[in-house]
Amino acid sequence: MKTFGGPVLFLDRADINTDEIIPAKYLTEITKEDLKPYILEDLKLPGFDPKGPKTKSARVIVSRANFGCGSSREHAPWVFEVNGITAVVAESFARIFRQNMFNCGMAAIELPKEKVDALFGYANFSDVTMALDVEGQALTIKGGGKEDTFRFDISPFDKALVLAGGWVDYADQKY
Amino acid sequence: MGKTTAEKIFASHLVDEPFPGTRVLRLDVVLCHEITTPIAIDDLMARGKDRIFDTAKIKAVIDHVTPSKDTKTATQAKILRDWARRHDIKDFFDVGFNGVCHALFPEKGFIRPGYTVIMGDSHTCTHGAFGAFAAGVGTTDLEVGILKGVCAFREPKTIRINLNGTLPRGVYAKDVILYVIGQLGVNGATDRVMEFRGPVADAMTMESRMTLCNMAIEAGGTSGICMPDAVTVDYLWPFIQHEYGAKDAALADFRKWCSDDDAEYEKVLDLDVSGLEPLVTYGYKPDLVKPISEMAGTPVDQVYLGSCTNGRLEDLRVAAAILKGKKIAPNVRGILSPATPKVYQDAMHEGLLDIFMDAGFCVTNPTCGACLGMSNGVLAEGEVCASTTNRNFMGRMGKGGMVHLMSPATSAATAIEGQMADPRKYL
Repeated sequence: MKTFGGPVLFLDRADINTDEIIPAKYLTEITKEDLKPYILEDLKLPGFDPKGPKTKSARVIVSRANFGCGSSREHAPWVFEVNGITAVVAESFARIFRQNMFNCGMAAIELPKEKVDALFGYANFSDVTMALDVEGQALTIKGGGKEDTFRFDISPFDKALVLAGGWVDYADQKY
Repeated sequence: MGKTTAEKIFASHLVDEPFPGTRVLRLDVVLCHEITTPIAIDDLMARGKDRIFDTAKIKAVIDHVTPSKDTKTATQAKILRDWARRHDIKDFFDVGFNGVCHALFPEKGFIRPGYTVIMGDSHTCTHGAFGAFAAGVGTTDLEVGILKGVCAFREPKTIRINLNGTLPRGVYAKDVILYVIGQLGVNGATDRVMEFRGPVADAMTMESRMTLCNMAIEAGGTSGICMPDAVTVDYLWPFIQHEYGAKDAALADFRKWCSDDDAEYEKVLDLDVSGLEPLVTYGYKPDLVKPISEMAGTPVDQVYLGSCTNGRLEDLRVAAAILKGKKIAPNVRGILSPATPKVYQDAMHEGLLDIFMDAGFCVTNPTCGACLGMSNGVLAEGEVCASTTNRNFMGRMGKGGMVHLMSPATSAATAIEGQMADPRKYL
């Protein structure tokens, strides 16, 4: 199983698409590691720098609704993974991106809007970290001297994929 | 209680239900292209499992960047090509025979009603036009599909979209689907099947139904689905006649996949398209849609006609009828990419390519190319493209470029005027 949790990167916009996460021109790379410098390259958000220290140190992304919409490219979870980001917490996900995350043994965690709003309440603190217990279905966010814990739902299948380390290993044993 | 098409397909293909709500389905076809498949192939090799569940069920094409533009794309093509040869995959389409996957594979008769179809490409939903369940997936799902012939899905809920009325002059399937996406929003159909019904869908050609289903993903939909009928039988007839002997027999067999009259839907959308205007997108999301009358006069730098949405013969005919005897505006670059070699050749024989070339269009080989900013018409920073493709995300056709989605007719009128224009005055 992968490890989850660490510094948080806040991306405050709905409908962040996979072209923004990893532009198509980099899909010609054959290894996942080669994608690393191009993370979120085309995402334009106020105050966000894809090459900045917050992106580099991030281990968890917190975002809004319909995260990962658009292209089916699994290069989106991969570019996160090679940059050390193994979990995204959002109001909702596009189906293919969500499945790609779990298929890679990564976590795409959905929380209701008011809880995501509460997470964004931490966005201006400089020391925000999140601890994520996928098996126990709870996350704890800390920063600015505060702390909040939220429980989350995850389908039993998606949890099994995280525990198995991904779909290939799971399917190979079972089918 | 009756069942929807998607429910029938799920029930008939169920392999396992490992957890409540998760259905592992047997796959009828696994489609592959050179962008998302090579990493699956490499991973299978690294695992010592370079195997295929059923070679006859794999269809592969080099389409995204072809002919290869550099060493990296040549390497991707080579990995797919070597794999196809190694496994003796008969249905592999290389340079000279290749075209945009979601136009090429249906044209070859590979997709049938009741099929389960996956591909490492989000616009796989196109194939639902044949009454199939067709879903875009990532590389890992593709890899498991190649190795085991299965894929896991959540239990599908279906949104039924009744397209009522009649299509006005100058309004096409592309305008209808932009309208539907505008109504649903970009995540209005996430984890849902979009079933297109009603007299307007019934009257559509297979090409138009593919245009409808192609953009289901732009509302978040897992698959578009149209009801298989006599139009479906006619389209597939060259490929199925030996199997059925008579069209009636094929139709009777296909009809078993149609949704039952008493099927239950999560939601029913009744849309009357009789008053619809040609539509174009105006922002960076495909649900941001306006009538052409509100956008007319917006200058463009490039007009792109092609892709899995609108690169079929029907689309070229509509645009050519508008362009005939005219020149495109001097401020505009016109690019036509017929979606398959057959479309290219048919268009050539019909004299359509002459019309496009006389008007000032560049005709490229069939490829996905510019649609996702990979080749053959990438935009420069600040440039605007009027495009018959399916995504207007920021930078989609080139960093800093802007894309306005529209029908082939609207793109042709726009090319003539060098700014967004209503196609109806040219019809």
